[in-house]
Amino acid sequence: MRPVAISEISIVNCLGVGQGATIAAMRERRSGLASCNFETAMLDTCIGQVPGLDAFHVRSDLNAYDCRNNRLAQFGLQTDGFADAVAAATEKYGAQRVGVFMGTSTSGILQTEIAYRHRDVISKALPADYHYAQTQNSFSIADFVQSYLGLQGPAFVISSACSSSAKVFAHAARMMTAGVCDAAVVGGVDTLCLTTLYGFNSLQLLSPAPCRPYDVERDGISIGEGAGFALLERAAESPAAGAIMLLGIGESCDAYHMSTPHPEGLGARLAMQSALDTAQLAPNDVDYINLHGTATKANDASEDQAVFAIFGGKTPVSSTKGATGHLLGASGITEAIIAMLAIRNELLPGGINTKDIDPALQCNYLLENRDAEVRRVLTNSFGFGGSNCSLLLGTAG
Amino acid sequence: MIGPGLCGWQASRPLLAGATTYVHAPTVVTASELLPPAERRRVGIPVKLAIAAGCEALLHAARDATATASVFTSSQGDGENLHQICEALATTERNISPTRFHNSVHNAPAGYWSIATRSRKPSTSLCGHDSSFAAGLLDAAVQVVVDANPVVLIAYDQAYPEPLHTIRPINASFGMALVLTPQATRQSFASLDICFGPHQESETRMQSAGLEALRSGVPAARSLPLLGILARKVAETVVIDCPPGNQLRIAVTPCC
Repeated sequence: MRPVAISEISIVNCLGVGQGATIAAMRERRSGLASCNFETAMLDTCIGQVPGLDAFHVRSDLNAYDCRNNRLAQFGLQTDGFADAVAAATEKYGAQRVGVFMGTSTSGILQTEIAYRHRDVISKALPADYHYAQTQNSFSIADFVQSYLGLQGPAFVISSACSSSAKVFAHAARMMTAGVCDAAVVGGVDTLCLTTLYGFNSLQLLSPAPCRPYDVERDGISIGEGAGFALLERAAESPAAGAIMLLGIGESCDAYHMSTPHPEGLGARLAMQSALDTAQLAPNDVDYINLHGTATKANDASEDQAVFAIFGGKTPVSSTKGATGHLLGASGITEAIIAMLAIRNELLPGGINTKDIDPALQCNYLLENRDAEVRRVLTNSFGFGGSNCSLLLGTAG
Repeated sequence: MIGPGLCGWQASRPLLAGATTYVHAPTVVTASELLPPAERRRVGIPVKLAIAAGCEALLHAARDATATASVFTSSQGDGENLHQICEALATTERNISPTRFHNSVHNAPAGYWSIATRSRKPSTSLCGHDSSFAAGLLDAAVQVVVDANPVVLIAYDQAYPEPLHTIRPINASFGMALVLTPQATRQSFASLDICFGPHQESETRMQSAGLEALRSGVPAARSLPLLGILARKVAETVVIDCPPGNQLRIAVTPCC
């Protein structure tokens, strides 16, 4: 594929606000996970919460969109100068030529959960201040972002569980190649809600402690919330040295089970191989792999098999979910941005919380940070329904 | 296609072509035999609609799902699951069924499709609210053109149970699918010239009042005018609005 330029990025999660906060946390090996005291949840688990969202307000002309998810979206757009970068792109290409492709898994469902607690006693109707289209509906996040930024190009949401905000890169790249738009805002936002906390709990996939990917005693995920955005444009004829680009994309399905990955990671292998093929790179060209690495017994085992089958035991790998938690629909963009920060800062982030690596796992899982020249990073995102997406990011040339 | 009084493409063609009168009848939804028995019992209406429509389209196209990428599009996830989960969360016990939870993801139909057909080909699940069909068609067409590979587009919607129905009225269950290929084949109905751009002309409506009520009442049924042109085998253009300011213009040219 023709490489796509990544002109600007922004990120907000439990590690803090902005690229600086995320890379600082990586350097200092800090986790943002803490004991769950979210809303009315009473569960023995840890979460990655973004502070201050309850007091945050969406822009007043967009009040109908007010919900935790859209507040976090706006927070992200206001961070790292992202909205300004989009304004410049809009000026350059025209508002109708900038697309918006966003990922989310639960959108504004918290609003619906709250509304169900306030149904009319007699009629059982939902309260009048519940705005379904602008909050609950999955399209809301793309609609809100498009409205906030004043964009008028193609816009929709990809909602494929935990692969959503990795797949957005693929959709945008194709739209630009086909000439439907010249630039695109891609990203993902997912926020804490009772549905995912109690839902993953019912599947017995929540760890009581901060998650520890690849650990021999790993026992489940820690749910986090976050927002991430990237501005994509067609690459210049001669990109600036060190410019970070999207080089390859791979997508596949497991065809196995809704909530358990294929035991040998066959779908994951297809996605990773496809990312290498579209980038026209070999496994040895990859300097680091940011794993999906959720810390469930099943995911880490199947992902390890798939990664080892292609890359063997030398390529450094780690999961950063011990720091951020599993951001579900926002994990794809978050980890793509972490991959870009690793390249830019010449830092391979070691996994945290992990004490003893499971001897059954064969990949070269980093337990410590490593300073290194990083040119090419592969990042994996695998979701419910067996939806797999791998992105290959790297410097031009 | 599956809809109220629309039982498959062959049976629906005369209705869509205007040769016979449309009569409303509740949508008949059956679970595919491709699904393992336990799954067949537990999946909701959107999964059944999507798999039935997708299988029908692939049959007409003489294609295998294992060789065809897919684009799923719906204005919402499973409404029944959403309602049950939110009702449960409003109680003190908060008992959520694990199956109901993993079936509540927007891409559940895509997941079950891949399990049922054993297809590992790339699949995506989109949402564009009322413009979900237009978003899906645009994305599927872009994939066909850019990757030069066939794609099955599957669009579906169902009614929400109360109390959500009053807030978001969708008046029927409806599913449809199109197989799109980069080149014409012996099975091709027509070629489509698709243009996404600013709003310039009125959206195409259905002539029959009953079908127009379906088109405007169910987001996935925004596909009806295109299906009507395909049924009549004429060279015409259909316009589908993508609010707030855009639309999709599709020029249809029948193949022989």
